[in-house]
Amino acid sequence: MEHFTPISAILGGLLIGLAAAGLLLFNGRIAGVSGILGGLLDLPRGDISWRSAFVAGLVSGGLLLLWQYPQAFVLPPDNSYVTYAVAGLLVGYGTRLGSGCTSGHGVCGIGRMSPRSLAAVTSFMTSAMLTVFVVRHVL
Amino acid sequence: MKQTLAAFLLGLLFALGLGISGMTQPQKVIAFLDVTGDWDPSLLLVMASATLVYLLCYRLITLRRAPLLAEKFSLSTARHIDARLIAGSVLFGVGWGLSGYCPGPALVALPGLAPATLVFVASMLAGMLLFKLGEKWHNGRAVTPR
Repeated sequence: MEHFTPISAILGGLLIGLAAAGLLLFNGRIAGVSGILGGLLDLPRGDISWRSAFVAGLVSGGLLLLWQYPQAFVLPPDNSYVTYAVAGLLVGYGTRLGSGCTSGHGVCGIGRMSPRSLAAVTSFMTSAMLTVFVVRHVL
Repeated sequence: MKQTLAAFLLGLLFALGLGISGMTQPQKVIAFLDVTGDWDPSLLLVMASATLVYLLCYRLITLRRAPLLAEKFSLSTARHIDARLIAGSVLFGVGWGLSGYCPGPALVALPGLAPATLVFVASMLAGMLLFKLGEKWHNGRAVTPR
């Protein structure tokens, strides 16, 4: 538990919650990143501009962090590109099949007390923890 | 136009939250998921505070008839828990556990231009596209009688 960072965790969480609430208050939308990004791949739709603006905001926020808080982007030295490629495919396909990820089902869905989202979060938390267990302690 | 600007600024705020909270550091995410190892509970607090804020705001905001800049709230009314939801979430969890990246943090990390991040985001988009093509193929087959 030596890496426990409660203050930044709570502060960051507050910002995430406020930003997601803001998207609901202003645009009436759920701040689910996989849904917003996936919707961009369905090109003949009228709502491309707010979706791409949200994604552009995420990337711009990343630029701001890179400039002022570069420690946010530390990467583990040991993972192979093959791992990231396989993981990316699973995350992309899985979040579309399951209609959401950590933000849409996690923050917004649980916040709305949706039974679907609760089932989704329980499923991905369990499979993620099992995966880490197998990779770190079995293989 | 106003909706687009709001989405941009809120995306930016969302990104800052992800960066400050530690969610953009894959090894921190994996340390949270590693419950039988040297467990780092930080991300539990990220999710708890984000969800609690959203829960309270959701109650207040949905008292309104409509959002500030749109005609209506676009909220999913689906309630059924089916195999797609569970299978998709399980697959996502495996990818999240392997890499420590979920969609939001991976996009925020893009400007760092680390090859691992670029590989992840490219294949995440490929995975989403693959899903879309699969759906199209499936739907096409469903409506074309043999």
